[in-house]
This record gives sequence, C-alpha cells and structure tokens, in this order.
Amino acid sequence: MNRRNFIKIMAGAAVGGAAIYKGLDSFGAEAAAGEAQTLPAKHWGMVIDVSKFQGTEDIKQIAAACHQYNNVPDIGKADHEIKWIWQEDFEHTFAELESEYFSEKIKKMQYPVLCNHCENPPCVRVCPTQATFKRADGIVNMDYHRCIGCRFCMAACPFGARSFNFVDPRPHIEKVNPELPTRTKGVVEKCTFCVDRLEKGEMPVCAEVSKGAILFGDLNDPDSEIRKVLGESFFIRRKVELGTGPSVYYVIRGGEASA
Amino acid sequence: MYNPGKIITILVLFVLLITAPILLNIGKASEPPAPSLDTAAIEQLDEKQCIESKEFMRTHHPQLLSDWRQQAVREGETEYISSSGAAWEMSLENNCLQCHSNRSEFCDSCHTYTAVELYCWDCHDGTKGAGAAK
Repeated sequence: MNRRNFIKIMAGAAVGGAAIYKGLDSFGAEAAAGEAQTLPAKHWGMVIDVSKFQGTEDIKQIAAACHQYNNVPDIGKADHEIKWIWQEDFEHTFAELESEYFSEKIKKMQYPVLCNHCENPPCVRVCPTQATFKRADGIVNMDYHRCIGCRFCMAACPFGARSFNFVDPRPHIEKVNPELPTRTKGVVEKCTFCVDRLEKGEMPVCAEVSKGAILFGDLNDPDSEIRKVLGESFFIRRKVELGTGPSVYYVIRGGEASA
Repeated sequence: MYNPGKIITILVLFVLLITAPILLNIGKASEPPAPSLDTAAIEQLDEKQCIESKEFMRTHHPQLLSDWRQQAVREGETEYISSSGAAWEMSLENNCLQCHSNRSEFCDSCHTYTAVELYCWDCHDGTKGAGAAK
C-alpha cells in the first residue's frame, strides 16, 4: 500500500465513522425528547410569605382549619401527636442558617412548617411497600391501605413531616368531616396538599384561610402567581443542602424584623 | 381382638361425637343473608338502582372497590363511568355510604354469614354511616 492509498482509506473511514456517530447522536436526541414528553406537566408548589405572619395565632388558626378539614386527631399527648401543618422556631425551621447576628425578632419568630412535597423524596425511596409515592403533579401522597407502619419514612424525612398513629385516631377527632376518610391505628400520615380539593378545583385549606400569606400554584408555569412572587422576592427552602428539592418556598421580604 | 365390646362401643361413640355437628344440623339450612336496602336515602330514589346492576354489584363489588382504590388514591382519577354511561364519584364517603348507611343491616349481613372480616370501616366510616353508632 502506498501512501496515497493509505490516506484515501483513512479519509473514507473517518467520513463513515462520523456519519455513524451522527446517526447515533440523533437517535440519542430522539430518545431524550421522548422522555421529556412524559415529564410531569405540572408541579404543585407552595409559597409562604413569612412577613405576613404576625404571630403564633395565625399559624395555629391555619393548623386548626387544616386539621379539622383533614380529620387529623388531637390526641393530647406529645409523643402521640399527629400534625400536618404546625409551627416551629427559627432554629428548627432553618437550621443551616445559624448565626448569632439575626435580629431577636427573627430568631424568636415561629414559622409554619409542613410536608415539603420534595422533588426527590427520601420517604418514597425508603418505603418498602410503595405506600408513599410521588404523583406526576409533584405531590407526595400516601396510600394508607398499603402502609404497614414500619416508619422508615419517618426516619428518612428530614423535616419531621410525618406522624404515626400509635392509637386509633377516630375517638380523638372532635368533629369528623364526613366527606373524607380518617386514618387507622398503625399507619403513618402527613399533609397531602389537599389533593381531594385540587381535584375539585379548590385551593388547599391552609392557602384558603391564610389571607394571602400562603400561596399555592404550579411551579412549572412561569405565569403562575407563585412564580411571579418568587421572581421578585428573596426566598429560602428548608435544608436544600440535603438535595431533596422541597416544593415549599419561604419568601423573606426583609420586613420581618418589624413584623 | 381383645375386649371387642368395649372397643366397638368406644369407636361408635367417637364417630358419633365427631360427626355430631353434622348430624345435629341435618335438614336445618341456616337463614340466607338478607341485606337490607331500607335506608332513607334509598327510599327517596325514584329508581332504586345502584351504579351497576344488582347481579354485578353482588359478585363484583370487591373488585370494583379495589379498582376504585387504585385509581382514586394512586392515579388521581375520581370519576367512574358505569356501564349505562353515567358518571359517579369514586368515593365511599361521597357515593356508596350515602345510600348504604346501614352497615349492620347491609354490609355485615353477608360478611358475617360468610365470615369475611373487613377493615374498610376503620377509616371509611363517615358520620352518616351506621358504623358511627358503634
């Protein structure tokens, strides 16, 4: 083989190889596009405007409304407590923001906390029966029929958003909401973003009774109200460094010190 | 054979003893269950018709409820289209128990007869349901 023929063969091989590579590449692009279509069209999220909470009474009122609607019992013992939305102090809400120079007001304020409906929920990953699952619209929900009460999810959740029914909750519900089921002894429960209300086109109870302090909407929709608020404010999510991707955003307006 | 009299007597007594439940109940069929449809909500209906035919509901209600559970809880679909084309909410509280509010006379009558123990009512009771009186 002389030098001229060798160069011809090598050039041919290079062109052929490039064509094959390009073919593979477009195949890969098609596959990626196919996956993109099955991505959830919606992603429900919540924005909590911290500056609009004037005191613990506001949070207690919201929690009472939520618990009454969702048949959450008040058992009256701290170690049996069932909670879907509750209040937590600064240290426990935003543990990673520790600094001695936060104003006294911010440090002593109570913040409403609930299930964060994470994008990458650890509770779903550890559930051995798939009783906890993530819906296509981003809501992390529970199928109590499948829950065996192992409480792995409670250990996995970094937000303490899950409660276990150590006793039959029914006698501890003051007034049962007849439209919804209760839970039973031996299952874990948590906030559901009021999925039953969303199906009826209503907002979750907490958003409805909060007088604008809690906003709810589609995070995937750039024109949604919550995206507009997020676009023009500073906000924090709880424990983002853990990589769970919380869907609950806390808007900080800087006026909290005077709140 | 030693002591044939004693052995045969004891054998006969033994057979009689273990077959006693059958012998004592021969010819006495127990009452078949009669689920009661006598509730105020059903009385008010113009056409006393469940979401599907009586025969279908009798044989397939466990399967139907299991499908509803799957679809309503996990897939977020809450509308059931019956064979007649009517739309119903897949919900025990807001559908089934509205009419069948007499658990002890309706649900329990067959389930007790067939010794089927269910825990539906642990959660799906509804204050309108009869189980609330428990």
